[in-house]
Amino acid sequence: MAETIISFKNIAKAFGDQQIFEDLNLDVHRGETLTIIGGSGVGKSVCLKLLIGLLQPDAGSIHAFGQAVSERDRRGMLRLRSRIAMLFQGAALFDSMTVEENIKYPLVEHNWGTPGEMDRRVVEVLEMVDMPGIQKLKPAELSGGMKKRVGLARSIAIKPEVILYDEPTTGLDPINVRRINGLILSLQERLGVTSIVVTHDMDTVFTITDRLAMIYQKRVAFVGTPDEAKTQELKYLREFIKGGKGTLNEDL
Amino acid sequence: MQPHHKIFFSAIGEMTYLTLASTRELFKRPFEWRLIVHQIELGGIDSWSITVLAAGFTGMVLSLQFAIGLEPFGASMYTGKVVSLGIVRELGPVLTALLVGGRVGSGYTAELGSMNVTEQVDAIRSLGADPIRKLVMPRVVAMTLALPLLTCVADIIGCAGGGLITMIEVGVTARFVFEQMVETLMVVDLLHGLSKSIFFGYLIGIIGCWNGLQTYGGTEGVGIATTRTVVYISIAILVSDFALTRIFLGIYG
Repeated sequence: MAETIISFKNIAKAFGDQQIFEDLNLDVHRGETLTIIGGSGVGKSVCLKLLIGLLQPDAGSIHAFGQAVSERDRRGMLRLRSRIAMLFQGAALFDSMTVEENIKYPLVEHNWGTPGEMDRRVVEVLEMVDMPGIQKLKPAELSGGMKKRVGLARSIAIKPEVILYDEPTTGLDPINVRRINGLILSLQERLGVTSIVVTHDMDTVFTITDRLAMIYQKRVAFVGTPDEAKTQELKYLREFIKGGKGTLNEDL
Repeated sequence: MQPHHKIFFSAIGEMTYLTLASTRELFKRPFEWRLIVHQIELGGIDSWSITVLAAGFTGMVLSLQFAIGLEPFGASMYTGKVVSLGIVRELGPVLTALLVGGRVGSGYTAELGSMNVTEQVDAIRSLGADPIRKLVMPRVVAMTLALPLLTCVADIIGCAGGGLITMIEVGVTARFVFEQMVETLMVVDLLHGLSKSIFFGYLIGIIGCWNGLQTYGGTEGVGIATTRTVVYISIAILVSDFALTRIFLGIYG
């Protein structure tokens, strides 16, 4: 049994009157690729934001690397964010900066090394995502798929142990979807990182996943391997896997 | 929908928090002077042309009105005195703040609002930085420093424009108008106007940034927030101008 490095315990979260989670529980093991699936608006991305402290739970606790996220002070949060990186849905590259400046941003914030070392690291991570030589381009000059790959390069620049992917393949053409999936797999093999991927795309799920978790009715309704998921009796999950439209009113 | 007074006090609370947090970040090492200088360049130096244009024509119009208005009393030769006092104590700081506030404050909201809705603000935090340090503090400091300087430019150009029209309309020499203005204006008048502009600069920076960070709802939200910023800044400047004038009259006389 692999070591549990992240654990969501009894999480409740609401935005105004809208309750997103009630008693959500989930463990993440070192080195695995865990995919979180669920319908639109069930709070998949909220899970990722709770984990790196961008949002706070109303109840419950999240433990990462043996310490509760909410108990971390400013310095502790900085350390956590050097160990957990996130690729945002739209890549969230800084428009006013070049690709090089975007990738150097976390390196500078975490005092990663000398300017020369940072330059070499930029070249290295851009090669990892198959985009060498684009340091001087601005985000506006990149396509959607290229932005995602630069965003990924920025995320892995500080050598995180965990990478969070928020809908990494949404809005991309099939070639770019395959390319991003290939990158997620190759980064896991080459860097040994733990990946948590939020997605709707079932092809992505079955290409990259070690375990998948389904959020349904404000909690994690299923956690298991893709093979276990296929044989599950949970109707909504079965229909989700088949790509059919499950009815939210169906009982678990 | 929350009652208006709750929204108002919650906004005041949030802006107070942003102010305190920005002040804390200002004194932390390393000092972010590059970001501050960049914002002074964008918000301050790039605003000089509208400042010059507005101040010049305001001085000229003011002078025209007073030259004609004071004539029945045989006091039109005092036009230079009245115009210079009006520009330096009131119109220079207020007009500059309203114009620069509309231009720069709405720009801050649009920029930070766009960053907010495209998750760039979240990205800053996730990469280990503080959005208040990187986005809010440099803009607030830049505006607080740049607006008094722009106001000085507005004062000089406004007085020059007013002086020119006084010469033409009243038929006095440039030397006469200049000496009249120098004789009338005291350091206290300059302090009165500049003290106000420091506060106006802070208001422009904090309201613009606060509204930007509050933005939600995609590009439509950015548009709404930007419009709202112009209204909030204008109201804040006009209302605080009255209060500050009262306070500074007590201090400087």
